Amino acid sequence: MLKWKIAGHVLTLAATLLLGGLLAAVLVRFSPGFDVDEQQLDPHLSSQSVEALREARKQDHNIVKFYFSYMKRAAHGDLGTSLALGQPVRTLLRDRAPLTGRLLAAGLALAWTLALTLALSAAWLRLSIYDTLTTVVSGTFLCIPAAVLALLSVLWNVPGSLAIALIVFPSIYRYTRNLLVKAYALPHIITARAKGLGEARILFWHVVPVAAPQILAVAGVSVSMAVGAAIPVEALCGLAGIGQLAWQAALARDLPLLVNITVLVTLVTLLANSGADVIGHMVRSQRA
Amino acid sequence: MNLWRKLAWVALALVLSASISATWLSPSGYAKQYRDVTNAVPSRSHWLGTDDLGRDRFARVLYGTRISLLLAPAAALISTLMAAFIGGLAGYLGGAWARLAMAVTDLFLSLPWLFLLITARALMPLNVSPVVSVMVTFMLLGLLGWTSAARVLCATAGSLRTSDFVRQARAAGLSGGRLFWIHVMPNLRPVLYAQFWISIPVFILSEANLGILGLGVAEPMPSWGSLLKELEGMVSVGEEPWKFVPLILLVVVVTSFQLLLSRQEEMAA
Repeated sequence: MLKWKIAGHVLTLAATLLLGGLLAAVLVRFSPGFDVDEQQLDPHLSSQSVEALREARKQDHNIVKFYFSYMKRAAHGDLGTSLALGQPVRTLLRDRAPLTGRLLAAGLALAWTLALTLALSAAWLRLSIYDTLTTVVSGTFLCIPAAVLALLSVLWNVPGSLAIALIVFPSIYRYTRNLLVKAYALPHIITARAKGLGEARILFWHVVPVAAPQILAVAGVSVSMAVGAAIPVEALCGLAGIGQLAWQAALARDLPLLVNITVLVTLVTLLANSGADVIGHMVRSQRA
Repeated sequence: MNLWRKLAWVALALVLSASISATWLSPSGYAKQYRDVTNAVPSRSHWLGTDDLGRDRFARVLYGTRISLLLAPAAALISTLMAAFIGGLAGYLGGAWARLAMAVTDLFLSLPWLFLLITARALMPLNVSPVVSVMVTFMLLGLLGWTSAARVLCATAGSLRTSDFVRQARAAGLSGGRLFWIHVMPNLRPVLYAQFWISIPVFILSEANLGILGLGVAEPMPSWGSLLKELEGMVSVGEEPWKFVPLILLVVVVTSFQLLLSRQEEMAA
């Protein structure tokens, strides 16, 4: 059963990756100004050189042809060359991935720690004032645009990972809190309390295990949210990561770079979602 | 009605009426430059001071609020209608149509919303007139924001398709189109309302993000996004606190929508 589930995920992942890349390529191909290359305006270039540049751009006109040749080269490890930055895409991604990886890991760790601490303490204490306070705090952060939190992190000189954490944590907190509240209303919890079990034992032995598979499902979504948040955070905090690269690629309409980043982002989010789904399935099977 | 919801309605009504009265409250308009008082602190003549081009910040906040508050619901309407058409119809038809529609939806959902939005907006024309930039920004929000709503509507329409009253209507000889519009669509209405309300704060926040990143509404037209871009040049938070007024307004409005949203969700459930 689990094998079939994993196989299904792998197939869906591959199909979505291919379609995601194609979608990005189609978007860029039909965007206004696709044909324009700043180099063509250089007065130092001869008419032959300008013509050669135009010819080079013409190869990208047929989107299917472009995408097919891209896939063929990608299979051999060649991801093409960035039009705007003039460097191999592979080098750009390799150089910038570690920073984004660290930023996302730290941001997600902080977000989950904060969200779980607040949600579990709210569920344990069951004080309406505390619950209202934590809901107001998370609700306020939910209402602030990600880019504003990035700007504030620059103003207060705090790390970008904290900005990512504050962008992601409200959604995790709200979902987790609601799940815990629902789990507390189940009949076996009322029985457990009637039998005199302590609050800590009820929470960690009877409430958390019930909510755990659904909480795990948010893990995948939180990765997707963090990846999205990394763009404004890196762009506004001046951090040279994949998020900033995506931003530069979008502004420069850099087709090879944008297609690769789209495939990479899709891969990361799909892997996170599939991983969370498989782990959730395993947890449910163990409980059953 | 819950006290918090009442407060949310009052806050929304106040902000909306102030923004609609912008023409009377600030007759000079959002683009007029007072060259002799650039970067001025709040005064009797300029309640929130002026920006680096000498434009009255209070006027810009009022007009910016009007644009964000009126066009975000318009974008939400577009996305809800698209979701109703794609998700509702796919759920009603079921089978291969539903699978195809949900595969496209999943493809869009697999990309982070902000990444998709920034990429698509950057590919649209950037050197256009301010009015066109407003239209492009909000139209894009409407055209890209239908996916999660379509998923919910597909599931709801799918369950309605197999419900007893639809089977009975079909057995009575009702045609597919009539069955969909007369019997299925009215039952989707509470979910549609909820999805509409959910989209508004999401689109307000998305426009703000785009504006700060320079991909939103073009100058000199103001929006919350372009007004918040002013925060980029600040050195410290306490330096010019009045620059935070658009942010406070945005938080108040989005919070109000969130409070009203819980009511809509209850109704949909």
